[in-house]
Amino acid sequence: MSLTTPDRFGARSASDVTVRLTSSKRDVKGRAVEWTLLSTLLISLLILVALIVNLIDRAWPILSGRLGDFLSSGIDASSAADAGVWQAIRGTLILSVIVAIVAFPLGIACAVYLEEYAGKSKVAGLIRINVRNLAGVPSIVYGILGLTIFVKFAGGLTGGRTVISGGLALSVLVLPVVIITASEALRAVPRSIREGALGVGATQWETVRSHVLPSAAPGILTGTVLALSRAAGEAAPILLVGAVTGLLRTGNQSLWTQITEGGFTSMPVAIFSYARQTGADFQAVTGAASLILLILVILINGLAIWLRNRFERSW
Amino acid sequence: MSVHDSSLTSTRQNGEVSMSSGPETEQVPVFRTSDLAVYYGEFRAVRDVNVDINGQEITAFIGPSGCGKSTVLRCFDRMNDLIVGARVEGKVEYHGIDLYDKDVDAVEVRRRVGMVFQKPNPFPKSIYDNLAFGPRLNGVKKKGELDDIVESSLKRAALWDEVKDRLKASAMGLSGGQQQRLCIARCIAVEPDVILMDEPCSALDPIATARIEDLMQEIKRDFTIIIVTHNMQQAARVSDRTAFFTTEVNPESDRRTGVLVEFDATEKIFSNPSDERTEAYVTGRFG
Repeated sequence: MSLTTPDRFGARSASDVTVRLTSSKRDVKGRAVEWTLLSTLLISLLILVALIVNLIDRAWPILSGRLGDFLSSGIDASSAADAGVWQAIRGTLILSVIVAIVAFPLGIACAVYLEEYAGKSKVAGLIRINVRNLAGVPSIVYGILGLTIFVKFAGGLTGGRTVISGGLALSVLVLPVVIITASEALRAVPRSIREGALGVGATQWETVRSHVLPSAAPGILTGTVLALSRAAGEAAPILLVGAVTGLLRTGNQSLWTQITEGGFTSMPVAIFSYARQTGADFQAVTGAASLILLILVILINGLAIWLRNRFERSW
Repeated sequence: MSVHDSSLTSTRQNGEVSMSSGPETEQVPVFRTSDLAVYYGEFRAVRDVNVDINGQEITAFIGPSGCGKSTVLRCFDRMNDLIVGARVEGKVEYHGIDLYDKDVDAVEVRRRVGMVFQKPNPFPKSIYDNLAFGPRLNGVKKKGELDDIVESSLKRAALWDEVKDRLKASAMGLSGGQQQRLCIARCIAVEPDVILMDEPCSALDPIATARIEDLMQEIKRDFTIIIVTHNMQQAARVSDRTAFFTTEVNPESDRRTGVLVEFDATEKIFSNPSDERTEAYVTGRFG
């Protein structure tokens, strides 16, 4: 094959074509963008790693010295040697259970209504927008709300400054997030599934129950369990509702009495209490408590992933 | 066929409906539309549709995109109800009953008028559960009875031999053509009166298409079938009667509205149509 010299692309000979095709005249801008993006990712990861390393370093005296004792002692912000987290862990778990019982069914039901029944009316649109707005309301505001409604107004039912009030305040806090994630999961269910069910004569509820909800279940579960881990990490609202910060004596009350009448605390509140104290020993306590909260949240997220995978395989 | 009772409506209309009422009255068609028009919001998608659909026949709706043939099809099982803003004017009668009467229950309509969609839409469940869903809705609970329905429906949809050893496997693992036959079987399982097919082969290869066309011929003894298709050869091959729709530009709004041009025996539509627009379309000189 002969080349007209130079050809349309400026090559003067066959060997010149070879050189042009193989020499690395790379996409410089593209490379730059790629490296920038990669470096931002690395920086984020580095910060996270630094945080964890720092926590472990700070918590080391506790982790190596009295971990078992630390895990089994109650909250005590007056003496670092006696300080522990077991009441806080228990409080956080009870709060999580209350959130799961209250916020999940309520939020999923709201989402089903908004997505499957409400249609495209203006009122429904307004509600959807405002659910999104509610998700952006600062958590301290939900604390005030919890204090006003669950502690003062409905104190007779909740027992006042109890873990029930705290759980309800956290439920209200994560409710918009649950509604939004469940709505998105429902919206992702293809229209064809609904049409298929309706096409063989299913009612709307039969369609939702037998096909739409099962198809959306993995997404709903992931979203709600992530909302749970957010609730587990919140300090502000339950501080306002009356979580105990300094020292919590529980005596010999039964678990039920403690839940319905007694004081409570939680992991973030315990961290807050310990962080306010001065001295290297309390720094170690704070670090250890933070690490345990981190592990707790990671466990909850792990549960979310496990549930999602399990449900995706189940049909 | 056509076990027909008044359960569609709470109020019985004119005493009874039968396929062969008086000596001099003609046979009541399965569907009759009178000046049917469908609107999506302000937009009029199709207008002036007057067709009689006969039982135990295959009726094909053909025409270019946007001519409203699917829209009309979806009036027969009230699927347009699901589209926000869709509105139906004129009349659609099913065995003489006004389908859009306020007393008519759309769910009951869809138990009698099944639908097969353009894209195969099996439920993400097992093959067995796909078939059993409809009968279960109708109150069939006994396992033996369900097993029988599943088997006979799959046999009628010519799918039994391919799936009989893996009824518990996910329906999503079937090929596209098998999925579409599964959807037809799912439809048959509830013993409907009519089966609507909205471009059932447009996502399938020619071999799968041929199987579905054979299947349609097999089941037309038992069901009235209406098929929307883009494929003129398909309409010519499978249908007894063909309706040709086209679009007309609306002079006021400059938007296109579908109209029914001609509705006749398939042979006539393809060999000697009365309207020149039909002739232009079926001979490929459309434009």
